[in-house]
Amino acid sequence: MDGSGHRRAALTARTAGLVGCRQCTRVSPLGTELCPRCGGRLESRDETSLQKVWAWWLVGVMFYIPANVYPMLITRTVGRSQEDTIVGGVVELTHYGAWGVAAIVFFASVMIPVGKFIAIGYLAMIVRKPHGHKPGHLLHLYEVVEWIGRWSMIDVFVVAILVALVQFELLASINPGIAAVCFALSVVFTMLSAMSFDSRRIWDEIETVTKEGAE
Amino acid sequence: MTPSDDLVCCPVCDTLHEIATVPDGIRYRCVRCNTVIAVGQPEAILRIVVLAVTALVLMIIVIFYPFLELRNGVFTSRASVFETAMSFSQGAMAPLSIAVAAFVIVLPIARLMALIWALGPLSVERKPLPGAALALRLAETLKPWAMAEIFMVGVAVALVKLADLATLNMGPAFWSFASIVVITAIKDTQMSKHSIWTALDTAARR
Ligand SMILES: [Zn+2]
Ligand SMILES: [Zn+2]
Repeated sequence: MDGSGHRRAALTARTAGLVGCRQCTRVSPLGTELCPRCGGRLESRDETSLQKVWAWWLVGVMFYIPANVYPMLITRTVGRSQEDTIVGGVVELTHYGAWGVAAIVFFASVMIPVGKFIAIGYLAMIVRKPHGHKPGHLLHLYEVVEWIGRWSMIDVFVVAILVALVQFELLASINPGIAAVCFALSVVFTMLSAMSFDSRRIWDEIETVTKEGAE
Repeated sequence: MTPSDDLVCCPVCDTLHEIATVPDGIRYRCVRCNTVIAVGQPEAILRIVVLAVTALVLMIIVIFYPFLELRNGVFTSRASVFETAMSFSQGAMAPLSIAVAAFVIVLPIARLMALIWALGPLSVERKPLPGAALALRLAETLKPWAMAEIFMVGVAVALVKLADLATLNMGPAFWSFASIVVITAIKDTQMSKHSIWTALDTAARR
Protein backbone atom coordinates (compact mmCIF):
# COMPACT_ATOMS: atom_id res chain seq x y z
CA MET A 1 0.00 0.00 0.00
CA ASP A 2 1.60 3.22 -1.10
CA GLY A 3 1.04 6.27 1.02
CA SER A 4 1.05 8.89 -1.71
CA GLY A 5 -2.56 8.39 -2.86
CA HIS A 6 -3.79 8.55 0.69
CA ARG A 7 -1.70 11.54 1.51
CA ARG A 8 -3.53 13.72 -0.96
CA ALA A 9 -6.88 12.22 0.03
CA ALA A 10 -6.32 12.74 3.76
CA LEU A 11 -8.46 15.54 5.16
CA THR A 12 -7.11 16.94 8.38
CA ALA A 13 -9.23 18.33 11.17
CA ARG A 14 -7.50 21.67 10.73
CA THR A 15 -8.32 22.03 7.02
CA ALA A 16 -11.91 21.03 7.80
CA GLY A 17 -12.16 23.90 10.30
CA LEU A 18 -12.17 21.51 13.24
CA VAL A 19 -9.89 20.63 16.09
CA GLY A 20 -9.36 17.05 17.19
CA CYS A 21 -8.81 15.96 20.78
CA ARG A 22 -5.55 14.07 21.21
CA GLN A 23 -6.85 12.34 24.32
CA CYS A 24 -10.20 10.96 23.19
CA THR A 25 -10.14 11.53 19.36
CA ARG A 26 -13.36 13.62 19.37
CA VAL A 27 -13.60 16.61 17.05
CA SER A 28 -14.90 20.08 17.96
CA PRO A 29 -15.22 23.35 16.00
CA LEU A 30 -11.92 25.19 15.59
CA GLY A 31 -11.40 27.60 18.49
CA THR A 32 -12.98 25.37 21.13
CA GLU A 33 -10.72 25.40 24.17
CA LEU A 34 -11.82 22.40 26.21
CA CYS A 35 -12.91 19.05 24.81
CA PRO A 36 -16.63 18.51 25.56
CA ARG A 37 -16.09 14.78 25.96
CA CYS A 38 -12.99 14.39 28.12
CA GLY A 39 -12.27 17.92 29.32
CA GLY A 40 -8.78 17.93 27.81
CA ARG A 41 -7.23 21.11 26.45
CA LEU A 42 -7.64 21.48 22.69
CA GLU A 43 -5.07 22.96 20.34
CA SER A 44 -5.13 22.57 16.59
CA ARG A 45 -1.33 22.77 16.65
CA ASP A 46 0.90 23.32 19.63
CA GLU A 47 2.50 26.59 18.49
CA THR A 48 5.15 26.65 21.21
CA SER A 49 5.95 22.96 20.66
CA LEU A 50 9.42 23.49 19.21
CA GLN A 51 10.44 26.02 21.84
CA LYS A 52 9.52 23.53 24.56
CA VAL A 53 11.31 20.72 22.71
CA TRP A 54 14.55 22.73 22.54
CA ALA A 55 14.31 23.99 26.12
CA TRP A 56 13.93 20.49 27.59
CA TRP A 57 16.49 19.13 25.14
CA LEU A 58 19.09 21.63 26.31
CA VAL A 59 18.52 20.90 30.00
CA GLY A 60 18.67 17.17 29.22
CA VAL A 61 22.06 17.54 27.50
CA MET A 62 23.33 19.73 30.34
CA PHE A 63 22.61 17.01 32.90
CA TYR A 64 23.91 14.23 30.70
CA ILE A 65 27.46 15.58 30.82
CA PRO A 66 28.01 15.45 34.62
CA ALA A 67 26.15 12.12 34.59
CA ASN A 68 29.05 10.69 32.60
CA VAL A 69 31.87 12.50 34.38
CA TYR A 70 31.00 11.83 38.04
CA PRO A 71 30.72 8.42 39.72
CA MET A 72 27.43 6.56 39.57
CA LEU A 73 28.32 4.00 42.24
CA ILE A 74 30.74 4.12 45.16
CA THR A 75 31.62 0.61 46.36
CA ARG A 76 33.43 0.14 49.66
CA THR A 77 34.81 -3.30 50.46
CA VAL A 78 37.26 -4.05 53.29
CA GLY A 79 39.84 -1.28 53.17
CA ARG A 80 39.10 -0.44 49.56
CA SER A 81 36.91 2.10 47.87
CA GLN A 82 35.99 2.07 44.20
CA GLU A 83 34.11 4.66 42.17
CA ASP A 84 32.36 3.69 38.96
CA THR A 85 31.08 5.99 36.26
CA ILE A 86 28.42 4.85 33.80
CA VAL A 87 30.97 3.64 31.27
CA GLY A 88 33.15 2.26 34.10
CA GLY A 89 30.24 0.13 35.24
CA VAL A 90 29.85 -1.29 31.74
CA VAL A 91 33.56 -2.10 31.56
CA GLU A 92 33.34 -3.86 34.91
CA LEU A 93 30.47 -6.01 33.67
CA THR A 94 32.62 -7.17 30.75
CA HIS A 95 35.27 -8.26 33.31
CA TYR A 96 32.72 -10.68 34.71
CA GLY A 97 32.23 -11.97 31.19
CA ALA A 98 28.66 -10.70 31.25
CA TRP A 99 28.76 -9.35 27.71
CA GLY A 100 25.01 -9.48 27.14
CA VAL A 101 24.21 -7.48 30.24
CA ALA A 102 27.07 -5.08 29.55
CA ALA A 103 25.58 -4.51 26.11
CA ILE A 104 22.12 -3.82 27.59
CA VAL A 105 23.49 -1.25 30.05
CA PHE A 106 25.69 0.38 27.40
CA PHE A 107 22.71 0.57 25.05
CA ALA A 108 20.38 1.99 27.71
CA SER A 109 22.82 4.47 29.24
CA VAL A 110 24.90 5.64 26.29
CA MET A 111 23.39 4.71 22.91
CA ILE A 112 19.77 5.58 23.74
CA PRO A 113 20.44 8.99 25.36
CA VAL A 114 22.91 10.11 22.68
CA GLY A 115 20.72 8.73 19.89
CA LYS A 116 17.73 10.51 21.40
CA PHE A 117 19.48 13.88 21.53
CA ILE A 118 20.42 13.54 17.87
CA ALA A 119 17.00 12.25 16.75
CA ILE A 120 14.96 14.89 18.59
CA GLY A 121 17.26 17.66 17.37
CA TYR A 122 16.97 16.35 13.81
CA LEU A 123 13.14 16.17 13.94
CA ALA A 124 12.81 19.63 15.47
CA MET A 125 15.07 21.13 12.78
CA ILE A 126 13.28 19.41 9.90
CA VAL A 127 9.65 20.30 10.65
CA ARG A 128 10.41 24.02 10.90
CA LYS A 129 10.26 24.54 7.15
CA PRO A 130 8.96 22.70 4.07
CA HIS A 131 10.85 19.46 3.70
CA GLY A 132 11.00 16.57 1.27
CA HIS A 133 11.30 13.78 3.81
CA LYS A 134 8.83 10.91 3.85
CA PRO A 135 6.49 11.65 6.79
CA GLY A 136 6.15 7.92 7.48
CA HIS A 137 9.88 7.70 8.17
CA LEU A 138 9.88 10.76 10.42
CA LEU A 139 6.94 9.38 12.38
CA HIS A 140 8.69 6.03 12.84
CA LEU A 141 11.76 7.84 14.13
CA TYR A 142 9.61 9.85 16.52
CA GLU A 143 7.72 6.80 17.78
CA VAL A 144 10.95 4.90 18.41
CA VAL A 145 12.42 7.86 20.29
CA GLU A 146 9.28 8.29 22.38
CA TRP A 147 9.01 4.60 23.21
CA ILE A 148 12.62 3.83 23.94
CA GLY A 149 13.57 6.89 26.00
CA ARG A 150 12.18 5.61 29.29
CA TRP A 151 14.39 2.53 29.12
CA SER A 152 17.43 4.66 29.90
CA MET A 153 16.23 4.63 33.48
CA ILE A 154 17.60 1.06 33.88
CA ASP A 155 20.94 2.19 35.30
CA VAL A 156 19.31 4.39 37.93
CA PHE A 157 17.23 1.43 39.11
CA VAL A 158 20.31 -0.82 39.14
CA VAL A 159 22.02 1.67 41.45
CA ALA A 160 18.95 1.79 43.71
CA ILE A 161 18.77 -2.01 43.96
CA LEU A 162 22.49 -2.37 44.66
CA VAL A 163 22.42 0.32 47.33
CA ALA A 164 19.41 -1.28 49.04
CA LEU A 165 20.86 -4.79 48.96
CA VAL A 166 24.55 -4.42 49.63
CA GLN A 167 24.71 -3.13 53.18
CA PHE A 168 26.99 -5.60 55.00
CA GLU A 169 28.15 -2.95 57.43
CA LEU A 170 31.93 -3.44 57.62
CA LEU A 171 32.34 -5.95 54.84
CA ALA A 172 30.91 -4.10 51.91
CA SER A 173 28.61 -1.23 51.17
CA ILE A 174 27.48 0.51 48.02
CA ASN A 175 26.49 4.15 47.86
CA PRO A 176 25.01 6.18 45.03
CA GLY A 177 27.13 8.85 43.38
CA ILE A 178 26.00 12.28 42.22
CA ALA A 179 25.87 11.02 38.60
CA ALA A 180 22.83 8.90 39.47
CA VAL A 181 20.82 12.07 40.15
CA CYS A 182 22.14 13.85 37.05
CA PHE A 183 21.40 10.86 34.86
CA ALA A 184 17.84 10.43 36.19
CA LEU A 185 17.16 14.13 35.59
CA SER A 186 18.63 13.93 32.09
CA VAL A 187 16.31 11.02 31.23
CA VAL A 188 13.26 12.86 32.60
CA PHE A 189 14.08 16.07 30.69
CA THR A 190 14.66 14.24 27.40
CA MET A 191 11.34 12.41 27.87
CA LEU A 192 9.65 15.79 28.34
CA SER A 193 11.44 17.09 25.26
CA ALA A 194 10.16 14.19 23.14
CA MET A 195 6.64 14.59 24.54
CA SER A 196 6.58 18.31 23.71
CA PHE A 197 7.06 17.52 20.03
CA ASP A 198 3.75 17.85 18.16
CA SER A 199 3.72 14.90 15.74
CA ARG A 200 1.00 16.54 13.63
CA ARG A 201 3.58 19.05 12.46
CA ILE A 202 5.41 16.30 10.58
CA TRP A 203 2.71 16.50 7.91
CA ASP A 204 1.99 20.25 7.98
CA GLU A 205 4.93 21.32 5.87
CA ILE A 206 4.27 18.47 3.43
CA GLU A 207 0.79 19.89 2.97
CA THR A 208 2.24 23.31 2.25
CA VAL A 209 4.59 21.83 -0.35
CA THR A 210 1.76 19.98 -2.09
CA LYS A 211 -0.43 23.08 -2.14
CA GLU A 212 2.32 25.30 -3.50
CA GLY A 213 3.11 22.68 -6.13
CA ALA A 214 -0.51 22.58 -7.30
CA GLU A 215 -0.79 26.29 -7.83
CA MET B 1 -17.98 20.44 8.37
CA THR B 2 -19.76 19.92 11.67
CA PRO B 3 -18.51 17.71 14.48
CA SER B 4 -20.43 14.51 15.01
CA ASP B 5 -20.08 11.32 17.03
CA ASP B 6 -18.92 9.39 13.96
CA LEU B 7 -16.09 11.76 13.17
CA VAL B 8 -12.80 10.55 14.61
CA CYS B 9 -9.57 12.52 14.51
CA CYS B 10 -6.21 10.73 14.46
CA PRO B 11 -4.33 11.97 17.52
CA VAL B 12 -0.98 11.48 15.80
CA CYS B 13 -1.46 13.19 12.42
CA ASP B 14 -4.81 15.06 12.61
CA THR B 15 -6.49 13.11 9.77
CA LEU B 16 -10.28 12.83 9.97
CA HIS B 17 -12.04 9.49 9.68
CA GLU B 18 -15.70 8.56 9.69
CA ILE B 19 -16.25 5.57 11.90
CA ALA B 20 -19.78 4.66 12.91
CA THR B 21 -19.52 1.19 14.40
CA VAL B 22 -16.46 -1.01 14.55
CA PRO B 23 -17.17 -4.68 13.76
CA ASP B 24 -15.85 -7.21 16.28
CA GLY B 25 -12.25 -8.23 15.84
CA ILE B 26 -11.49 -5.37 13.44
CA ARG B 27 -8.76 -2.81 14.00
CA TYR B 28 -9.10 0.48 12.15
CA ARG B 29 -5.84 2.15 11.33
CA CYS B 30 -5.29 5.74 10.27
CA VAL B 31 -5.08 5.95 6.47
CA ARG B 32 -2.18 8.36 6.67
CA CYS B 33 0.02 7.34 9.58
CA ASN B 34 -1.14 3.78 10.29
CA THR B 35 -1.83 4.40 13.99
CA VAL B 36 -4.55 2.14 15.40
CA ILE B 37 -7.51 4.44 16.05
CA ALA B 38 -10.36 2.07 16.84
CA VAL B 39 -10.57 -1.53 17.97
CA GLY B 40 -13.76 -3.59 17.76
CA GLN B 41 -13.59 -5.54 20.99
CA PRO B 42 -16.77 -5.53 23.06
CA GLU B 43 -15.00 -7.49 25.81
CA ALA B 44 -12.05 -5.08 25.98
CA ILE B 45 -13.36 -2.95 28.87
CA LEU B 46 -14.08 -5.96 31.06
CA ARG B 47 -10.67 -7.42 30.27
CA ILE B 48 -8.88 -4.16 31.07
CA VAL B 49 -10.67 -3.87 34.42
CA VAL B 50 -9.99 -7.49 35.41
CA LEU B 51 -6.31 -7.19 34.51
CA ALA B 52 -6.00 -3.84 36.30
CA VAL B 53 -7.58 -5.22 39.50
CA THR B 54 -5.28 -8.27 39.41
CA ALA B 55 -2.22 -6.08 38.92
CA LEU B 56 -3.29 -3.75 41.75
CA VAL B 57 -3.74 -6.62 44.23
CA LEU B 58 -0.34 -8.10 43.30
CA MET B 59 1.21 -4.66 43.58
CA ILE B 60 0.14 -4.26 47.18
CA ILE B 61 1.58 -7.69 48.05
CA VAL B 62 4.79 -6.81 46.26
CA ILE B 63 5.64 -3.55 47.94
CA PHE B 64 6.33 -4.75 51.45
CA TYR B 65 7.34 -8.38 50.86
CA PRO B 66 11.04 -9.22 50.53
CA PHE B 67 11.95 -8.98 46.92
CA LEU B 68 15.55 -10.12 46.86
CA GLU B 69 17.65 -11.77 49.51
CA LEU B 70 21.41 -11.52 49.57
CA ARG B 71 23.65 -13.94 51.47
CA ASN B 72 27.36 -13.54 52.06
CA GLY B 73 28.61 -16.09 54.60
CA VAL B 74 27.01 -15.09 57.88
CA PHE B 75 25.49 -11.90 56.63
CA THR B 76 22.04 -11.75 55.13
CA SER B 77 20.26 -8.73 53.78
CA ARG B 78 16.79 -8.51 52.31
CA ALA B 79 15.20 -5.75 50.32
CA SER B 80 11.62 -5.10 49.37
CA VAL B 81 10.67 -2.87 46.45
CA PHE B 82 9.78 -0.24 49.02
CA GLU B 83 13.22 -0.42 50.63
CA THR B 84 14.85 -0.21 47.23
CA ALA B 85 12.98 2.99 46.51
CA MET B 86 14.04 4.35 49.89
CA SER B 87 17.69 3.46 49.35
CA PHE B 88 18.60 7.00 48.37
CA SER B 89 16.61 8.58 51.18
CA GLN B 90 19.59 9.76 53.19
CA GLY B 91 21.40 12.99 52.48
CA ALA B 92 21.63 14.69 49.13
CA MET B 93 20.16 11.75 47.23
CA ALA B 94 16.69 12.09 48.79
CA PRO B 95 15.03 13.54 45.65
CA LEU B 96 16.19 10.48 43.74
CA SER B 97 14.51 8.28 46.31
CA ILE B 98 11.24 10.10 45.73
CA ALA B 99 11.64 9.73 41.97
CA VAL B 100 12.35 6.00 42.14
CA ALA B 101 9.39 5.46 44.50
CA ALA B 102 7.20 7.44 42.09
CA PHE B 103 8.29 5.60 38.94
CA VAL B 104 8.18 2.11 40.40
CA ILE B 105 5.39 2.20 43.01
CA VAL B 106 3.28 5.37 43.21
CA LEU B 107 2.62 6.08 39.54
CA PRO B 108 1.89 2.46 38.51
CA ILE B 109 -0.60 2.19 41.42
CA ALA B 110 -2.15 5.58 40.66
CA ARG B 111 -2.57 4.58 37.04
CA LEU B 112 -4.25 1.27 37.91
CA MET B 113 -6.60 2.95 40.39
CA ALA B 114 -7.53 5.66 37.87
CA LEU B 115 -8.33 3.02 35.24
CA ILE B 116 -10.46 1.01 37.66
CA TRP B 117 -12.31 4.15 38.78
CA ALA B 118 -13.05 5.18 35.19
CA LEU B 119 -13.86 1.80 33.66
CA GLY B 120 -14.90 -0.40 36.61
CA PRO B 121 -18.59 0.57 36.60
CA LEU B 122 -18.71 0.14 32.80
CA SER B 123 -17.55 -3.45 33.05
CA VAL B 124 -20.57 -4.29 35.21
CA GLU B 125 -22.93 -2.23 33.02
CA ARG B 126 -23.40 0.67 35.42
CA LYS B 127 -23.27 4.44 35.00
CA PRO B 128 -19.73 5.81 35.26
CA LEU B 129 -18.60 7.34 38.57
CA PRO B 130 -18.17 11.12 38.82
CA GLY B 131 -14.77 12.21 37.54
CA ALA B 132 -14.47 9.18 35.25
CA ALA B 133 -13.27 11.34 32.34
CA LEU B 134 -10.62 13.00 34.50
CA ALA B 135 -9.44 9.61 35.80
CA LEU B 136 -9.16 8.21 32.29
CA ARG B 137 -7.16 11.22 31.13
CA LEU B 138 -4.90 10.85 34.16
CA ALA B 139 -4.30 7.17 33.38
CA GLU B 140 -3.23 8.06 29.85
CA THR B 141 -0.93 10.88 31.02
CA LEU B 142 0.77 8.64 33.58
CA LYS B 143 1.49 5.88 31.06
CA PRO B 144 5.08 6.81 30.12
CA TRP B 145 6.01 7.54 33.74
CA ALA B 146 5.00 4.15 35.16
CA MET B 147 8.24 2.21 34.85
CA ALA B 148 7.71 -1.12 36.61
CA GLU B 149 8.93 -3.13 33.59
CA ILE B 150 12.12 -1.11 33.36
CA PHE B 151 12.76 -1.77 37.03
CA MET B 152 12.56 -5.51 36.31
CA VAL B 153 15.36 -5.26 33.75
CA GLY B 154 17.30 -3.29 36.36
CA VAL B 155 16.89 -6.21 38.74
CA ALA B 156 18.34 -8.60 36.16
CA VAL B 157 21.38 -6.37 35.69
CA ALA B 158 21.86 -6.05 39.46
CA LEU B 159 21.77 -9.84 39.80
CA VAL B 160 24.66 -10.21 37.39
CA LYS B 161 26.67 -7.49 39.14
CA LEU B 162 26.28 -9.19 42.50
CA ALA B 163 26.80 -12.73 41.30
CA ASP B 164 30.32 -13.16 42.67
CA LEU B 165 29.88 -11.01 45.76
CA ALA B 166 27.12 -13.05 47.34
CA THR B 167 24.37 -15.61 46.80
CA LEU B 168 21.06 -14.18 45.70
CA ASN B 169 17.58 -15.52 46.25
CA MET B 170 14.43 -14.19 44.73
CA GLY B 171 11.56 -13.73 47.17
CA PRO B 172 7.84 -14.27 46.41
CA ALA B 173 7.46 -10.58 45.66
CA PHE B 174 9.88 -10.94 42.78
CA TRP B 175 7.56 -13.28 40.90
CA SER B 176 4.48 -11.21 41.71
CA PHE B 177 6.22 -8.16 40.35
CA ALA B 178 7.20 -10.04 37.20
CA SER B 179 3.55 -11.01 36.65
CA ILE B 180 2.43 -7.40 37.11
CA VAL B 181 4.73 -6.40 34.27
CA VAL B 182 3.24 -9.05 31.97
CA ILE B 183 -0.36 -8.26 33.01
CA THR B 184 0.13 -4.54 32.41
CA ALA B 185 1.60 -5.19 28.96
CA ILE B 186 -1.41 -7.36 27.99
CA LYS B 187 -3.81 -4.77 29.40
CA ASP B 188 -2.30 -1.95 27.35
CA THR B 189 -2.74 -3.86 24.08
CA GLN B 190 -6.49 -3.88 24.78
CA MET B 191 -6.73 -0.11 24.96
CA SER B 192 -7.80 2.13 22.12
CA LYS B 193 -8.63 5.75 22.89
CA HIS B 194 -11.60 6.00 20.57
CA SER B 195 -13.19 2.73 21.68
CA ILE B 196 -12.80 3.41 25.40
CA TRP B 197 -14.11 6.98 25.22
CA THR B 198 -17.07 5.88 23.10
CA ALA B 199 -17.85 3.22 25.69
CA LEU B 200 -17.69 5.85 28.44
CA ASP B 201 -20.05 8.12 26.44
CA THR B 202 -22.52 5.32 25.94
CA ALA B 203 -22.42 4.37 29.61
CA ALA B 204 -23.02 7.98 30.70
CA ARG B 205 -26.21 8.06 28.62
CA ARG B 206 -27.53 4.96 30.36
ZN1 LIG C 1 -11.28 14.84 24.36
ZN1 LIG D 1 -2.90 9.39 11.60
